[in-house]
Amino acid sequence: MKKILMTFSGVFLLILVLLGLQWGLSASRNQDNSSSKDTLTFYNWGDYIDPSILKDFTKETGYKVNYQTFDSNEAMYTKIKQGGTNFDLAVPSEYMVSKLKEAGLLAKLDKSQLTGMNNLNSQFMNQSFDKGNQYSVPYFWGTLGILYNKKVVNGSDLKDWSSIWSSKYRHQLLLVDSARDVLGLTLISQGKSVNDQNAADLAAAQGKLSSLMPNVKAIVGDELKLYMAQGEGNIAVTYSGEAKNAMEKNSDLAYVVPEDGSNLWLDNLVIPKSAKHKKAAYALINYLNRPEVAAKNAEYIGYATPNQKAYQLLPKSVKSDQAFYPKQSILDKLQVYQNFNQYWTQKYNDAFLEFKLGK
Amino acid sequence: MNRIKKRYTEAYLGIYGLWLLAFVVAPMLLLLIQSVNVPGQGFSLSNYRDFFTSGPYLAMTVNSVWYAFLITLVTLAIAYPLALVLTTLKHRQLWLLLVILPTWINLLLKTYAFIGLLGKGGLLNQAITGMGFGPSQLLFTNGAFLLVAAYIELPFMVLPIYNALLDIDPLLPAASRDLGASRFQTLKQVIWPLSMPGVKTGVQTVFIPSLSLFMITRLIGGNKVITLGTAIEEHFLVTQNWSFGSTIGVVLIIAMALTMALTTDRKKKGGRRK
Repeated sequence: MKKILMTFSGVFLLILVLLGLQWGLSASRNQDNSSSKDTLTFYNWGDYIDPSILKDFTKETGYKVNYQTFDSNEAMYTKIKQGGTNFDLAVPSEYMVSKLKEAGLLAKLDKSQLTGMNNLNSQFMNQSFDKGNQYSVPYFWGTLGILYNKKVVNGSDLKDWSSIWSSKYRHQLLLVDSARDVLGLTLISQGKSVNDQNAADLAAAQGKLSSLMPNVKAIVGDELKLYMAQGEGNIAVTYSGEAKNAMEKNSDLAYVVPEDGSNLWLDNLVIPKSAKHKKAAYALINYLNRPEVAAKNAEYIGYATPNQKAYQLLPKSVKSDQAFYPKQSILDKLQVYQNFNQYWTQKYNDAFLEFKLGK
Repeated sequence: MNRIKKRYTEAYLGIYGLWLLAFVVAPMLLLLIQSVNVPGQGFSLSNYRDFFTSGPYLAMTVNSVWYAFLITLVTLAIAYPLALVLTTLKHRQLWLLLVILPTWINLLLKTYAFIGLLGKGGLLNQAITGMGFGPSQLLFTNGAFLLVAAYIELPFMVLPIYNALLDIDPLLPAASRDLGASRFQTLKQVIWPLSMPGVKTGVQTVFIPSLSLFMITRLIGGNKVITLGTAIEEHFLVTQNWSFGSTIGVVLIIAMALTMALTTDRKKKGGRRK
């Protein structure tokens, strides 16, 4: 009994000490930002901006930036909805923009306060998830494509999505664990749209998909890039951003967007309705819209920038990289996901689940 | 004096009862309500109808039970001899600590460590190649999934069995030996029946969580093993159909209650009277 009491008081003391430390730290931090009026809370994906840009921004405008991160659109949605913290600027993907918008969580952008919007490529503006860009400004974009190991797979064999059905890749394929993406690519390979809402088309896609199983080695999430970098699979379906990450770790890897089209994803800057420092948020959007800033950011992150003037400033090797800046003929075939209602979300997921169950 | 003691007991029971009400009964009720409250339909049993008439979901249920059974079996096969050996060792506390130690490390970290061990260029494959065999596919196999799941559950099986074995009066096996029983007979006729309560507790603490495993099915099993845990995760995070997710939750709870009922020692009620 005595021993237990000793242990408990020890744990209790430790908690007290930690609480004290935390209090001390937050007190000193508050002193740093004596005028919290000028501190902007930026809610973004982890490591999704060049840190020096934020420093320069503070130097130039006087606004301090409190950078907070999330790891999934859904997590971000929940936090913004709960409203514990007042985020001033967030970076949702396209389907999440429409979801946030429908939930009434976004502030309409005041176009008169925005500058540099002309720098953006019209290709990425006025998308179905936010007509007229009333709520969002594109930040980075990318595609869904095929990541492969050059030593084993011949890139020229991957002209279209149907090529991954080839028996050459038996038990070598890694798939991203996402109903929308996997069914989407199957629909594209059948000449349909990724936003298809026709039961017969979906059934046909599911039928074709079930014959892919012998090739599938695993269906995984974020770990995919790790597995590919380690050589666990030779060919994988994944997003361009993830592919970039894996390629940095393993130079044998390459990425290609099939020529029959693909999904175009967009991450966008939005201002939540609950934002307390809108002025600062506009200032940061405008700052990020500057060509030289956007170019610097794009070089750091490695994703494709929607900022046309920034693109011109990028090194030639980056600009001509067809994997990440596909040529116009492919660009024209890219499709953005529309937000599905509950019924179709369920339909797609059920179809995908059945696919996963069929071994 | 007695009255004060009684009052303390009542107060304690009251607090405990409130705790149970708030954190056990209420959430289960909410889950049940959620599962019959279908969006756009109000009260409806359609989720349950859909569940029990859908091939994929029934297949997943069978998968869940089957893999939970296998995991429990593998864990028991490793844990029982281990616990037996532990009770005979000199520094058992130290050895026991080594068995429990892995539970101090986060589950996800352990799982990622296994990716490194089982991967193509991983330690295990290097060893196999070193012995002259070609590298083989270890990750994303049922064997790998069972291995990792059993590794994670092992301490929860070893502990109750170890405690049950310690509780056995050392004179009993000694007497058995004296009366001419072989080592194996002693183990089978004396030690095994006496350690049964520990085994049953161990089986419960391993089987029940194994029913709804989901992270390992993806990371190590590569989603080639699909259990109900995967489906729940999907319904709560991706399709956001919490109603159906709750239905699966309720089905799992019922399956768990059944497991408890089947493995709980029924003799206990009468046994006390002797």
